[in-house]
Amino acid sequence: MKLLYFAWIREKTGREQEDIDLPQNVVTVNDLISWQKQRGPEFEDAFAQSDLVRVAINQTHVQHSESLEGAQEVAFFPPVTGG
Amino acid sequence: MIRVQEQDFDVGREIEKLKSGNHEIGAIVTFTGTVRSHDEPDALASMHLEHYPGMTENELKRIEAEAQERWPLQASLIIHRYGTLYPGDNIVLVVTASKHRGAAFESAEFLMDYLKTNAPFWKKEMRESGENWVEERASDQDSEERWKQSGVAE
Repeated sequence: MKLLYFAWIREKTGREQEDIDLPQNVVTVNDLISWQKQRGPEFEDAFAQSDLVRVAINQTHVQHSESLEGAQEVAFFPPVTGG
Repeated sequence: MIRVQEQDFDVGREIEKLKSGNHEIGAIVTFTGTVRSHDEPDALASMHLEHYPGMTENELKRIEAEAQERWPLQASLIIHRYGTLYPGDNIVLVVTASKHRGAAFESAEFLMDYLKTNAPFWKKEMRESGENWVEERASDQDSEERWKQSGVAE
């Protein structure tokens, strides 16, 4: 699965994107965020305030309760501030 | 039509292109968002706009299609810039064209409100005191929310 990071989540994790094989028990976005938090201090910091983490699956906004089934690309980013 | 680009745009030229050859159009509304400086002593030096290539285009197309469905528009255009911008620079352009002004006014506001809360752009401000990511404003959420109840002008 391709994971992407934007804005301060990119800065905190120190990466723009990566390809990852997720453990079997990671089935929802919530699971994926919990899994991210235990990857190291930089990930723990980036995902600490998970209510500020927005997620898109295959380039579509989703809720944290969403299933990862069919997800090829998952992106993590703060609330958008364009316009 | 939507465009995501680093370079500037010319509002007048975009209006001319949009209405060219379409004599059904009787009303054109444009909105231009620009980089605002802030008060001294912590003035804004520049701003960096990051986005999510691919998803940005998808979201803008989706928002535009929704406006086309809700209002009888003859034409519409969204241009959003990314990269480094300075106070006074253009950031975003929304143009809507319809037979009568009601649809053009309302849909332009709808497009901006939806773009603000859905299009994956992030602003980072460079000030004398340092850099910071712009935080979302609750008022932007409220602006989007009101379109979920309100009606549509003809």
